[in-house]
Amino acid sequence: MSLLEVKGLGIAFSGRPVVEGLDLTLAPSERLGVIGESGSGKSLTALAIAGLLPDTAERTGTILFEGSPLPEDEATMARLRGKRIGMVFQEPMSALNPLMQVGEQIAEAIFLSGDRVGYGTQVLALLDEVGLEPQHRRRYPHELSGGQRQRVMIAMALASRPDLLIADEPTSALDLVTQRQVLDLLDRLARNRRMALLFISHDLKAVAALCPRIMVMQAGRVVEAGPREAILGHPRERYTRMLVGAARFRIHTLANAPMGDPLFTARQISRRFESPSLLFLPRRAGTLAVDAVSLTLRRAESVALVGPSGCGKSTLARIIVGLDRATDGTMQFDRTVYHGSDLPGALRPDISLVFQDPFGSFNPRLRIGASVSEPLRLLPDLDEAARRRRVADMVEAVGLSPDMLSRYPHQFSGGQRQRFAIARALVTRPRLVVLDEPVSALDVSVRGEVLALLHRLRADFGLTYLVISHDLDMVRALADRVLVMSAGRIVEEGRPAKLFEKPEHEQTRALLAARLPEL
Amino acid sequence: MIPYVLKRLAGFVATLLAAAAVTFLLLDALPGDPARFILGINASPEAVQALRLQLGLEAPPLERFIRWIGGMLQGDFGLSYTQGAPVSALIAERLAVTFPLALAAMVISIAIGLPLGILAARRRGSLADTGLMMLAQLGVAVPNFWFGMLLVLLFSVTLRWLPPGGFVPWDENAWGAIRSLVLPSFALALPQAAILARVMRTALVDVQSADYIRTARAKGLTMGEAVWRHGVRNALLPVLTILGLQFAFLVAGTIIVENVFYLPGLGRLIFTAISERDLILVRGAIIVLVVGVTLTMLVVDLLYGLVDPRLRVRRASR
Repeated sequence: MSLLEVKGLGIAFSGRPVVEGLDLTLAPSERLGVIGESGSGKSLTALAIAGLLPDTAERTGTILFEGSPLPEDEATMARLRGKRIGMVFQEPMSALNPLMQVGEQIAEAIFLSGDRVGYGTQVLALLDEVGLEPQHRRRYPHELSGGQRQRVMIAMALASRPDLLIADEPTSALDLVTQRQVLDLLDRLARNRRMALLFISHDLKAVAALCPRIMVMQAGRVVEAGPREAILGHPRERYTRMLVGAARFRIHTLANAPMGDPLFTARQISRRFESPSLLFLPRRAGTLAVDAVSLTLRRAESVALVGPSGCGKSTLARIIVGLDRATDGTMQFDRTVYHGSDLPGALRPDISLVFQDPFGSFNPRLRIGASVSEPLRLLPDLDEAARRRRVADMVEAVGLSPDMLSRYPHQFSGGQRQRFAIARALVTRPRLVVLDEPVSALDVSVRGEVLALLHRLRADFGLTYLVISHDLDMVRALADRVLVMSAGRIVEEGRPAKLFEKPEHEQTRALLAARLPEL
Repeated sequence: MIPYVLKRLAGFVATLLAAAAVTFLLLDALPGDPARFILGINASPEAVQALRLQLGLEAPPLERFIRWIGGMLQGDFGLSYTQGAPVSALIAERLAVTFPLALAAMVISIAIGLPLGILAARRRGSLADTGLMMLAQLGVAVPNFWFGMLLVLLFSVTLRWLPPGGFVPWDENAWGAIRSLVLPSFALALPQAAILARVMRTALVDVQSADYIRTARAKGLTMGEAVWRHGVRNALLPVLTILGLQFAFLVAGTIIVENVFYLPGLGRLIFTAISERDLILVRGAIIVLVVGVTLTMLVVDLLYGLVDPRLRVRRASR
């Protein structure tokens, strides 16, 4: 008998369907990966299976768990969840109660699974199983890193020894190294405990690494489902082919990259953050986020700066574009020497920044045209007609229509917004563009397009790129040269092909090991 | 936790000093002669001069300020000009009425406001929710002295359960004293309870859509259990802030309510002192009120630290 059987599942909000005619079955200890973009209905499907849909949702169809329909009664359903179904969610920041030690939260899950004795030792065993230390049980969520919090979530989900583990984008908010660790952990736990796994993600590589069976969802419907090899090797539907294609980055580096003279040089840049002083107590030593970094960017070169979260790469980027000031060292752009925020106004149009988050980096109350043309304030000599022409040209250059400029940010998709963000960064015709994780917030299917666009713009406008990322596949697709950063220092440097083949520093090796297998 | 407490304590002392300085400047060091102000425009120059000497106004302002603070630290608030008694004794006598009144009002507003707010949030959109929130709207809008008069009409005039006003001193008849405080406490508490109920409802409604509530439900709790075990404590954080602010309004409210109920409390003392231009008494009473309000804020801050681990100083993260 199948563990889980979903027949004709439909979910609607006030009559508007968001999931329609969805069927799926899951045998005991079987794994199914569900892939789809944000808004495809995959998370709602998971919530429906766990009986956690919001009250406003209308559900149709049947969901059978071990042959019997999910209980209607809330308390009975809650107990079934507590004993048989474990869930791991995406948001490691907000999914834990901030006021409760994580050990207590795990203990509560054990208690609810019906085990009323000896849960002190069980908490320790669970922590050990998910790779945490015994002392972590006394920590509050804010005292743990994102990866550690996700491990706590997994420990809670495991507490009841569930037959089915539902993992909804469990690694999307984590950096790549941590993502790999959590995926490996889920893989190991599902195998050791013989749990069935319903793994939901927008990342085809992650799904393929974990699940032998894949279901593709789009706009609330199942597009295609089948064994991993069939889906990846011979996708039948156009949408699946597009997803598979997008997950394979093409390499865009110029064959003979034009190496000009140095455009930007940093000499021994350091940035120290002082911890706030406590009354009556002596100031503790601050943290050194960037530690004596030197680097040179040549004209028309694309350089990637890679490293794990917290290694100081974003701080360095902020200093280079003039948003922060180095505590030590100097930088030179063209012929001007500066230290960060003292970057002269006349040079500001020459250096631009593209942010990671296309949702947060636009003012929601401004029309997108106003946001895109805002940097032109740096060029007061331009008259109104010239400004409008500039904006229109740049919007067309990123593949969008100038008609869209009178709309508001929320009317665009993430990929479109990131195109506008790029247009905004290029509207002053800069020479150096710093790209801080330019595609990591985008659905995998649009990442490829944005990368191809960045590549084309670089050739068309003769741009110099500094790409900040922890995603080595993206880096390989975009960079001529790679700098590896660890704990504020640059530890290794080289061309991507050479660096990926023979990594020397342990940080580079760790980043490489975190990559998921190619499709 | 200890650095957090030290920081709050330092803030407490600094606030008190600043408040004392402002009070001193406003009443004492600003242009115009306090002695003449107290005696009125018809006083003879000799009388004014005598009072100046008696008040020590000949000394430079800084010296007077330091002497004033030093005196208060030893419990000496000066002599009331109009009543001829030590200010500290006058205030202490009145506090015996006002302090229990404010405390009772605070307790009553919490006891009424929080449960109703929780009830409304749990039954969001229901008839009970709509009705309660309309009542709360009314409670916020209607001034407390009007409540007071309505309560007197119902419980004293019609039902004759409680005295309509006046105060039986504690040492004479403690039960009588309590009885005479019941109606004023409710009059003071009801508008505050209405505000608290609204804040509690909003906070709990927000909390119900929090991710950790979903997590708690995934563990096997029902919505109700999840809200009770994980939601309420989180929702109390904004409520605590409001509670601290409310105390200041409560104290201001006592001035009016004591007048409605003829209670010999601090509020009425200040009221008379102001109308009789007794600056010394006003100054002392203000400081006592400032200490009360600041102390409440301190307690709220400390409670915050106790409830919310994120406010305590971070341990090393690994």
